[in-house]
Amino acid sequence: MSSGAFADRGADLELVGIQKRFPGFTAIEHLDLVIPAGSFFALLGPSGCGKTTTLRLVAGLEDPTGGRILIGGEDVTTQKAYQRPVNTVFQSYALFPHMTVLENVAFGLRRRKIADAQGKAHEALRLVELDHLAARKPVQLSGGQQQRVALARAIVNRPALLLLDEPLGALDLKLRRQMQLELKTIQEEVGLTFLHVTHDQEEAMTMADTIAVMNKGRIEQLGAPEQLYELPKTAFVANFLGQSNLFTGPVLGETSTAIAVDIAGRSIVVPKTRSHRHSGDVTIGVRPEKLTLHKQKPVPDSSHNVMGPGRVTDVSFTGVSTQYLVLVPGVGTLIVFAQNRAFGPVEGEGDEVWVTWNVEHGFGLDDDPVAPDPRFVADTSTKSIAAQRRAALVTELEEA
Amino acid sequence: MAFAAFASITAPPTDAAARRRSPVALLLLLPGILYLVLFFLAPLVSLILTSLQAPSEFGDIGMYSYAFRWENYVVVMEQYWPHILRSFGYALIATVLALAFSYPLAYFIGVTARKWPLLQSLMLVLVIAPFFISFLLRTLAWKQLLSDESFLVTSLKAVSLLAPDAHLTGTAFSVIFGLTYNFIPFMTLPLYTTLERLDLRYLEAGNDLYANGFHTFRTVTIPLSMPGIVAGTLLTFIPAAGDYINASRDFLGGADTQMIGNVIEANFLVLLNYPAAAALSIILMTVILVIVGVYVKRSGTEELL
Repeated sequence: MSSGAFADRGADLELVGIQKRFPGFTAIEHLDLVIPAGSFFALLGPSGCGKTTTLRLVAGLEDPTGGRILIGGEDVTTQKAYQRPVNTVFQSYALFPHMTVLENVAFGLRRRKIADAQGKAHEALRLVELDHLAARKPVQLSGGQQQRVALARAIVNRPALLLLDEPLGALDLKLRRQMQLELKTIQEEVGLTFLHVTHDQEEAMTMADTIAVMNKGRIEQLGAPEQLYELPKTAFVANFLGQSNLFTGPVLGETSTAIAVDIAGRSIVVPKTRSHRHSGDVTIGVRPEKLTLHKQKPVPDSSHNVMGPGRVTDVSFTGVSTQYLVLVPGVGTLIVFAQNRAFGPVEGEGDEVWVTWNVEHGFGLDDDPVAPDPRFVADTSTKSIAAQRRAALVTELEEA
Repeated sequence: MAFAAFASITAPPTDAAARRRSPVALLLLLPGILYLVLFFLAPLVSLILTSLQAPSEFGDIGMYSYAFRWENYVVVMEQYWPHILRSFGYALIATVLALAFSYPLAYFIGVTARKWPLLQSLMLVLVIAPFFISFLLRTLAWKQLLSDESFLVTSLKAVSLLAPDAHLTGTAFSVIFGLTYNFIPFMTLPLYTTLERLDLRYLEAGNDLYANGFHTFRTVTIPLSMPGIVAGTLLTFIPAAGDYINASRDFLGGADTQMIGNVIEANFLVLLNYPAAAALSIILMTVILVIVGVYVKRSGTEELL
């Protein structure tokens, strides 16, 4: 980055055919990604899915095996980390322990010889409401305060692109909520492009404009949080972002607007606009909170799908809602979230119930249906477990 | 709540103070205190007393009586100030050289070689290996290697890098060389222990904040390895300043390279001038204490003291 100048706004980030191999395994197979300027983009995935590697590639802390990285249209693939107009809020914060909070925040400004580094550092500390602790050393701060200093140290440089590596992971729930809001506010205020890496789906959904769900070095699906939640493309997305009831069966027939799928002898209707496939074997699903429980067999109605009768096998009261597990013979166990409008759970264990949902609430996946039990998405082959184990170890080593 | 908080602030110190004064703790400390009194305090007092002794009235060589002859200090300072200066000069140069040599070595073992634990252990063994052979033998070996008939000296003379009548042994060069060589492990090991724990994420953060390799090294790596640098330089400088083996004429030194250690040795064992030797020892000790105190204060690593 040319010294002495701030980026006046965020910049586009473009990854073209990025590939990253480590000795013995491939972290990223082939990644194409465009993050528009000024957006809050979340890379969401389980540990070992390659999201942190992606972030480190963008930061320049790791070199890609193949592909190109462009920031604001400029190819930075061969640039070193210190030359890139990018700053990172590290998972461990990595605040320099031998410097005061103020020196930490002013570090990047001093390196780039920006005038009034002290004043700007104080300003950034005021933004995160920590200016009164400017003279302290990082060890004298709480985890949440350190996190905010790390954030100030990054945003004070007004980078074209700000990278956040699970920065809220170490915080307790309340502080995390608070920081999520603050981050979002700061992002809107300063208009930077944020790339946020996290495994917390709730965090990704509350903060990001766009989420890319990553799994095993690939992006499974990319879109707005509502879109990913309402219309997941794969079983992985359907279950990583919230929970889903998934069923697999052959398409029985179709009308101009909907398809009917045979699930254990029942015909379940899904709108064509909400299904990625319209023929052959398809996996369809519905979110647990979209389901309604009935004590009596409901009257058939073309606007609703019906499953049942089944038995309630488990009831767990979570305050705002109650989670029921309903075993429907031939189909499997369904998860139902019911709002606690009445006092406590309405159904008891062992009750015979019917489950219905509005046809408009179902979705059809793009996945090839593989597992016999459609809700069983974990891959348990020895090879896959070994691969996952290795990936997890590598992340652990990376982090250590 | 507030009262409880106050109580917890004021109460523990008195508790702790009372506990500190308990007879059991004193009893447990007794062996250590006894040891220090016997082997540190008593010799120190004896040394101070000796340094103030006056020659015996009968004029016998090596016979002194207790007095308060502080002039001893003035006399030895006048007579031996070049040796004192030379000692600290040599020790300083040797320390700087040892640091310059050890830092990259320790960095390689502690940071670069982290990926290869076997190489790391092997290199550590190589650093420590010289300790398996006596320090005297190794220094004598260097005397041979640097002697006028040695391959090194004849080769250097053959290519005219050394004047035909020049020597390597008995010069300031060979003494400083010997000091540097002998104290390198004492520099490398503390540096290694600090660098081995260096969190590389700080270096990544430095790179991320626009500092290139050199700047990150200067502003992050060096300050974070300061405890190792201070420990290593102290472990090198203090013994090097008082060293009398390397500078001895029997080893690598000559007539013009005598250090304070050689002078103390000569006064104690040859001249039998015990007060002079004792006064020189006290001066050496004091100067080292002052230098170390200032150094540690300046480098901000007081916790090492």
